[in-house]
Amino acid sequence: MITLNINGNQHEVDADPETPILWVLRDTLGMTGTKFGCGAALCGACTIHLDGEAVRSCSTPLSAAEGLNITTIEKATDGSDRVGAAVSAAWVKHDVAQCGYCQSGQIMSATAFLASLPSGSQPTASEIDTAMEGNICRCGTYTRIRAAIADAASNLV
Amino acid sequence: MLPNMDYSELPRALQHMLERGRSTSVQALPRRSFLKLTGTLGLAVGIFPHLAAAQSTDAGEAPIALKPTEQPSAFVQIAPNGEVMVTINRLEFGQGVQTALPMILAEELDADWNLVRSQLGTNDMAYVDPLFGMHLTGGSNTIKNSFTQYRELGARVRAMLLAAAADRWNVDVSALRTEAGVVLAPDGRKLGYGELSEAAMALPVPQKIALKDPKDFRIIGQPTQRLDAQAKSSGQQSFGIDFKLPGQLTAVVARPPVFGAKIASLDDSAARSVKGVKAVLRVPLDRGAEGVAVVADGYWQASQGRNALKVEWDTSAVEKVDSEKQLAQFREIANRPGPRQFDADMAPLEAAPLSLEAEFVFPYLAHAAMEPLNCTVRLSDDRAEIWMGSQSAGLDAGVAANVLGLKPEQVVVNVQTSGGGFGRRFSSSSDTAMEACQIAKAARAAGLNAPVRTLWSREDDMRGGYYRPTHLHRARIGFDKEGNVLAWDHTIVGQSILTGTVFEKFQVKDGIDAATTEGMRSPYPLPMRLTVHHPVANVPVLWWRSVGSTHTAFVMETLLDDIARATDQDPVAYRMKMFGNEHPRHRDALQLAVDKSGYGSRALAEGRAWGVAVHESFSSVVAYVVEASVVDGQPKLHRVTAGVHCNLAVNPRTVEAQVQGAAIMGLSTCLAGSEITLKDGVVEQGNFSEFTVARITDVPEFDVNIVPSADAPTGMGEPGLPPLAPAFANAISRLTGKPVRQMPFNLA
Repeated sequence: MITLNINGNQHEVDADPETPILWVLRDTLGMTGTKFGCGAALCGACTIHLDGEAVRSCSTPLSAAEGLNITTIEKATDGSDRVGAAVSAAWVKHDVAQCGYCQSGQIMSATAFLASLPSGSQPTASEIDTAMEGNICRCGTYTRIRAAIADAASNLV
Repeated sequence: MLPNMDYSELPRALQHMLERGRSTSVQALPRRSFLKLTGTLGLAVGIFPHLAAAQSTDAGEAPIALKPTEQPSAFVQIAPNGEVMVTINRLEFGQGVQTALPMILAEELDADWNLVRSQLGTNDMAYVDPLFGMHLTGGSNTIKNSFTQYRELGARVRAMLLAAAADRWNVDVSALRTEAGVVLAPDGRKLGYGELSEAAMALPVPQKIALKDPKDFRIIGQPTQRLDAQAKSSGQQSFGIDFKLPGQLTAVVARPPVFGAKIASLDDSAARSVKGVKAVLRVPLDRGAEGVAVVADGYWQASQGRNALKVEWDTSAVEKVDSEKQLAQFREIANRPGPRQFDADMAPLEAAPLSLEAEFVFPYLAHAAMEPLNCTVRLSDDRAEIWMGSQSAGLDAGVAANVLGLKPEQVVVNVQTSGGGFGRRFSSSSDTAMEACQIAKAARAAGLNAPVRTLWSREDDMRGGYYRPTHLHRARIGFDKEGNVLAWDHTIVGQSILTGTVFEKFQVKDGIDAATTEGMRSPYPLPMRLTVHHPVANVPVLWWRSVGSTHTAFVMETLLDDIARATDQDPVAYRMKMFGNEHPRHRDALQLAVDKSGYGSRALAEGRAWGVAVHESFSSVVAYVVEASVVDGQPKLHRVTAGVHCNLAVNPRTVEAQVQGAAIMGLSTCLAGSEITLKDGVVEQGNFSEFTVARITDVPEFDVNIVPSADAPTGMGEPGLPPLAPAFANAISRLTGKPVRQMPFNLA
């Protein structure tokens, strides 16, 4: 048994400690907002936060999450987190999503990035690109992702 | 994907194709399937009845019947609170039809847009493409083929609501009008659609209805937020991969390393002992192959089980394609005579004052949609239910029925929102559904009475075939000093996509596949001889977003630029001269891109060059004017200005998104590493570390401009892709002085 703290709730999970967090979220707990894209930390679709830091849940074993706070897209965008709510709202306003499959991961990366900035600072275009380089969108929504992140950042100042 | 053809034979061809597998036919599901479907949604009130006559077999009482595609009950539900649920007859996989089709219907319904919702349909005959007569999301056809259909559906429902209000108030219907979900009487009385829906559903469905004058449109043509924007910005959107039934198990499959190969030996003892593994099953796979399915509680356990399998494969009976050898073979084939699509006189070639020769090589490409392929199957003795992102629900249901020994009407395919697809969710063999059904059937035979979701890993998906085929193009062109082409001798070598598919009969003529040659020559009045060879190879190939135009646009638009450059002409002026007074949509799209980009009037930054291309595909025209440079030996795209002609843009906001996205997918094909190659029969790329797709750092600035038009709309899912790569290449050629002849670009 491993105890996981997910979105503020304790979950007792009976699984091999090497199981990636992604599959416990999706298959065991039915939290499907976090997506399976590549299984190898190459596309970012499965991005979650571990103590606020963006990590790829497809390649992070349960054993690495013990004692840490896991945050998923469901919690990050439910309005309780100021940065996540601003990012989600900007995504809606800019109509970023096409197929939408990668967007959970994009939003989680963007939220961790904006939360990491010094209060009141506005990211440059190249800082946004660098922060988001690990997240693939096959539909090619990058133009609107850039605009949404810049917009969310300005709303957080 | 499917240019001008007579589609009336298509349903029969589909049936014929399925019959080749087993003797069954595709039929409409019983009408009661709608009642069941809607009954589960909590929106039962407001179901409009199918016209009784349409279901009646009693010829004596039947007036003119509406087709299933014309019957409001299959498409519209209005809840008591006024919410309007519109059912989509396509797959939504990013292109935005689950917003655009409701916009079209809501326009004629005069609905309150804030109360409009949408959902995807099934393999019911109501949801066939009204022109094709089969279930199909492809060829950028949704808006083009269903524009009038969804307008008429909305108008029919509005007429029924008006009639219900006239009954209620005992007034003449002509005195009433509608406005944003409300029926209004001259004396100021009003009734919401939700209040009228139950009475309206008891009324007959009108056959003939008047449609709005397009100048009165208030929803169509407005930049409109997608109906799924909120769900897709909060992790709430459910995709096929997210669908879960109680007790559902997950299967992953060990597939042979070479397409079509079989199992030589299997030791599954270690796999069976992996915790959570329920069964290990030998199953028939696509293309006559054999594989091993590991069925477990979840994906991770199943993949751990798969890792523990000891399988030896027998590849002795199948061809092992090798990309390098294949290119040599294609070059040899290109020297042979072959069937000709165009056959202009090549005599002027030798005497032409100027000439050029070119050879182009295009690789296999994977669709690499972000949501890996998956399919969930629930079996009972006389019924199969399937949940999958399907571009061809009827074909998938037919293939499933063949596998399962059921009648087609015993199979329901519930179309699931998909994380991309780009053509891959309509394979000619329905491989995804076929394999998932084989596994579900084998699991049931092994005593596992549970629904089974078959899930592909990224590597399974990328190595699973059905690629954009590799092509070799060769051209010899003779022209004069004014750039007039005197003779153009062209050869294409590449596998046929449509041979062996439902479209073969219409689209493969005299040995030439129209999907290979679409986009060649047109719109330019060139004296061309086009020879086409379709070698057969053991690599499954498939349509891939914009299909033939993925390579023909590149060849045509770069060669025309070469001619313009060789004769010292401006590439825009040269194209306009070629268009003459013809092709007004090409002219308008190109001129708009030129005007908005500042081409010819604005100096570029040091080291940058302009590139231009224009191409029509799937009935829409897109022109790009781009700015590019070469940074550290690598091509870099900085800015793209688009001119788009899709006639009436139903949702301009989606058109912009589709152009940006298609252009970026086109950009991906230019980047180093964006190719699928084979070595000794084995695909060499398995994941995004080996197959490049564009990332945010590759992406230019965009400015998308739409030519205003009131003509009936054409589609935009694909047409933004083809002209991007040649516009980029033309800019690079102007910088380096060397033509770009290879995809992905290689400037070495």
